[in-house]
Amino acid sequence: MALKTWPLKKSPWIFHLSTGSCNNCDIELLDCLTPRFDVERFGILLIGSVRHADALVVTGALTRQCVPRVKECYDQMPKPGLVIAVGQCACTSCIFRDSYNIVGPIDKIIPVNVYIPGCPPKPEAMISAIVKALGTL
Amino acid sequence: MSYTVPIGPYHPLLEEPEFFTLKVEGERVVDMDIRIGYNHRGIERLAQTKTWEQDTFLIERVCGICSTSHPIAYVNAVEDLLELEIPERAKYIRSIVGELERLHSHLLWVGLAGHFIGYNTVFMWAWKYREPILDVFERITGNRNHYAMMKIGGVRRDILKEDIPDFLAAMDELARQNEMLTKAVIDDPVLHARLKGVGVLSKKDAIEYAVLGPTARGSGYDIDVRRDSPYAAYDLVDWNVIVFPEGDVFAKAAVRLLENAESIKIIQQCLRCLQELPEGDFSVPVDQIPPGEGIGHGEAPRGEVFHYVRSDGSNYPIRHKIRAPTFQNLPSFKASCIGETVADVALITASIDPCYCCTERMIAVDADNGKKLLDGQDLIRLCQEKTERMRKRIKVST
Repeated sequence: MALKTWPLKKSPWIFHLSTGSCNNCDIELLDCLTPRFDVERFGILLIGSVRHADALVVTGALTRQCVPRVKECYDQMPKPGLVIAVGQCACTSCIFRDSYNIVGPIDKIIPVNVYIPGCPPKPEAMISAIVKALGTL
Repeated sequence: MSYTVPIGPYHPLLEEPEFFTLKVEGERVVDMDIRIGYNHRGIERLAQTKTWEQDTFLIERVCGICSTSHPIAYVNAVEDLLELEIPERAKYIRSIVGELERLHSHLLWVGLAGHFIGYNTVFMWAWKYREPILDVFERITGNRNHYAMMKIGGVRRDILKEDIPDFLAAMDELARQNEMLTKAVIDDPVLHARLKGVGVLSKKDAIEYAVLGPTARGSGYDIDVRRDSPYAAYDLVDWNVIVFPEGDVFAKAAVRLLENAESIKIIQQCLRCLQELPEGDFSVPVDQIPPGEGIGHGEAPRGEVFHYVRSDGSNYPIRHKIRAPTFQNLPSFKASCIGETVADVALITASIDPCYCCTERMIAVDADNGKKLLDGQDLIRLCQEKTERMRKRIKVST
């Protein structure tokens, strides 16, 4: 196990998956990559394919159409991998809880390792959460 | 030999995920189709189950980037129903928050457009200059995004007199940086070669497709809700509507960059007016919403936002209709993308300001056997390589 998780800790690559979010968590996540926060210093990279990802960052309240796609993405991610739920929508569905088109929080369909509440969470909170998550490996 | 290129269906940075199908012959796009509705959260229905006050927060979550334009349009609609006049102080604060949002949204777009064509310097610059705006937001509203500033009858928080000099200084600094960024983009020979004449949307098409916001103004169609049907404090300050007649991607970029300068002008004037006004009195209490209906507009960074509410005198609206600008702007791809090359489609679709993740999700599939030809990364690479070729041709080094 140690051999499997050791490279994960060094440079976690992140795949970003939106499941019906309002953009806000997404732009804050992107903000982590730009000069003020610059997480690339720590080897954290946002990548285009889930097959290369070490961590799946899920935002949004999970609409019906997204369910099969989220499951598929999770299946395609190499294991061991982290699932990080960013934002109040992904953690609890929050204000959209009663909507007819919302299935529910992400942990209903895939296991979640880390929850980052907030609407949207600040980039500092996201960085801190990812660091803590890596510590648990 | 023609291929079908599906794009989407969902891309994290868009308010309304959509699914494009491009029909391509070689490099040329010959036809295009759009499907939307993937991000449907049932907000209009949810709005009927929440009270008028709660709705302001729900409506804010329609979109994270225009997260104050929707509440502004909503409170305008309710105030139209109530025939309510809000205090002058609230008007200025609404304008300030609205314009700060436009600034951060336009800078965000400029950065992403730069990333597409292989100018990552512009991406990093624009996003770096965006940070001080978010700091100002945090000081005014307590949050970097989702400001929760709007309220039926006014605003929820005041801008304190002692903070205003700091905000004015931040705006002066931003004006300087924005000017530099504008010059860097507008005077760049490679960008001229790369963006001019690409994805032209003629004025006639702009009117026929009823596009809004910078997409319309970049095609010479002079339309801006802030001037045509003023709300908040836009009729109390001096500013200009930026219009470019060309209709290409370059014109749309120029409109956004120059609009930034106008936004800074509006914010500075509003802040100075706030300094003059007596403190306090930034909202009027609203007890009951009478039966009736109201409409409200707001100029979001992407175009006009339209809200309609109907009340039966109870605590809940019985109908709430929202029309967001991207819904209007999307079909214009049909006019601007056809006949262009696949390398430019990523850029043209980006030019109306849906965000870039759509292109990361592009996959070219052979129509006969479903084999994958190109994916999003390849398309961005194609787009960046074309810039590189032009750069060599005009002999400019980076």
